[in-house]
Amino acid sequence: MMESSRRRFLKIAGVSALGLGTKPLLDVFAASGEKGDKQKAQVLPNKEALTATQWAMVIDTKKFKSAEDLVPMIEACNKIHNIPEFKNKKHEIKWIWAEEFKHAFPTRNMRFLPERIEQLPFLVLCNHCENPPCVRVCPTQATFKREDGIVHMDYHRCIGCRFCMAACPYGSRSFNFRDPRPFIMKRNPEFPTRMKGVVEKCNFCAERLAVGKMPNCVEAANGALTFGDLEDPGSGVRELLRSNYMIRRKQGLGTRPAVYYIV
Amino acid sequence: MLEKALTGSKKYYGWITLLLAVIAVGFAFYLGQLSFGLGITGMSRDVTWGFYIAQFTFLVGVAASAVMLVLPYYLHNYKAFGKITILGEFLAVASVVMCALFIFIDLGQPARVLNVLLYPSPNSILFWDMIVLNGYLILNIVIGWKVLEAERNGVAPPGWLKPLIYLSIPWAVSIHTVTAFLYSGLPGRGFWMTAILAPRFLASAFASGPAFLILLCLLVRKVTKFDPGREQIQSLAKIVTYGIIINLFFFLCEIFVVYYSGIPEHLDHFNYLYFGLDGHGALVPWMRASIILMVVGIILLVNPVTRRNEGILAVACIVVFVGTWIDKGLGMISGGFVPSPLHHVNEYVPTLPEIIIAAGVWAIGFLVLTALFKIAVSIKEEVAGVA
Repeated sequence: MMESSRRRFLKIAGVSALGLGTKPLLDVFAASGEKGDKQKAQVLPNKEALTATQWAMVIDTKKFKSAEDLVPMIEACNKIHNIPEFKNKKHEIKWIWAEEFKHAFPTRNMRFLPERIEQLPFLVLCNHCENPPCVRVCPTQATFKREDGIVHMDYHRCIGCRFCMAACPYGSRSFNFRDPRPFIMKRNPEFPTRMKGVVEKCNFCAERLAVGKMPNCVEAANGALTFGDLEDPGSGVRELLRSNYMIRRKQGLGTRPAVYYIV
Repeated sequence: MLEKALTGSKKYYGWITLLLAVIAVGFAFYLGQLSFGLGITGMSRDVTWGFYIAQFTFLVGVAASAVMLVLPYYLHNYKAFGKITILGEFLAVASVVMCALFIFIDLGQPARVLNVLLYPSPNSILFWDMIVLNGYLILNIVIGWKVLEAERNGVAPPGWLKPLIYLSIPWAVSIHTVTAFLYSGLPGRGFWMTAILAPRFLASAFASGPAFLILLCLLVRKVTKFDPGREQIQSLAKIVTYGIIINLFFFLCEIFVVYYSGIPEHLDHFNYLYFGLDGHGALVPWMRASIILMVVGIILLVNPVTRRNEGILAVACIVVFVGTWIDKGLGMISGGFVPSPLHHVNEYVPTLPEIIIAAGVWAIGFLVLTALFKIAVSIKEEVAGVA
């Protein structure tokens, strides 16, 4: 009984091996009928697209008077990116939001600060670091640095391990602890909604840059936000950097944030 | 040999049924998590890893501790451990199975887990952790199984096994080192960013793993006809003693650096865990209990009179196991997230569904452990001719 079943197994295994062995041969015939593999499809860039070597942002906090001044920029982002509104703070999704100085810059906190700085909320968002720890730790390359310096995400590849959230020193990342779609007040059909179980964050409006538009928060900022190429000496960002002393968040960590603050 | 796991006494079947029941309940709650999302846990935007990842971290240690049997036996020719090496290896197998499951249930999109293989990313320590854990699982299954089979047939284990056994020794060290690197390489997480993390993980592993193994040995002696042996248990007890003392020493080194330097990014986490921060201190009683338990364990283990008394030794082992579990399985992970990088204090407390799901995974581990131990012990009994 045992012998015969072993023989049967070997027979099946043998036939299977033969089948696998002929696969390359079959592939040759299969491929010969098509132009196939060698001609790869090309994606042509939009001629209108805005390009850079390292996109960067300058936030001129001198131009803000109160927390209300930040609302238009935050709302401009939330609206176009389908950010859900959760009542439970634990599940919050935030791309760009307001923090007090001591939270935005915990390593720079001081007992005696100018009243304006102590009370003014600061805009915080993903820093699109030149040396991003989140990209380093991602086990699937779902988070990656693009050629233009944007730290981007593939929501369809993300496995939701949240290693990037542990790695980000700025708390810039959010996780979809539940399905966000029922909590989106008004859906923008031009930008994908996310599903539960994936991480997300600010993308510097990569989808707008691709069609020649500036990030939505910049457009809503009334000149308080400047967006440009850090590597282009003629860019607005570089111009401001030449004439203002600026700070970045947690500079000591070597992540090289691309978001600069005039204080 | 597998058939040995399928026959047993009424008590054996009762235990298996109990485990299956816990697994079923845990699985039902996991289905709930799968449909709602990880929002059913206590995790939040600020504390993104919790109970699951902490269990994973603790159990990697238990798995690695098998090396404390393999190394003396194969490298130092300490013959006494030959009798129980298999128990260490099978404990490692069960532990790694739990580790893999804890990672899996922590994923937001578990259906995409194979993306880790599809887009291999050597930058990511998680990628290496997957490799070392799976490698360790395979090594221990193959080694344990072949050695046991050889013992049953009264022949020497095959020659090709030797290199694998030698390989399994540094490999055991690697699994806990790589697991520590998951945490200790993250900028802006002051609690974990210390080179002592991997050594400390190993020290606590070499205390908790052998402590658990002693308890298992005592249990095996009680419920089966196989006696793991007094000398073996006493040798393990010495290993636990060294392990727990070195763990506490490393911990005190860390405490010195953190409190003497006084750098807030490091200090705040320790203050949160042991004294509470801004009025938040859910873990304070636990973390203090952990230190007390470890100290009590050391007192009971260092003293030869108490160590040689197997009843007291069992208590010492429970104390050490619970103490290291609180340290690693409760405080180590969420402690790194509180306060948050923006210095908000948002605490983490696991929810009931989260604990039930975790209990389900522990039950799966115990099921694997029970089956493997049943096989090993049955064959030991068979060889000894007592069955």
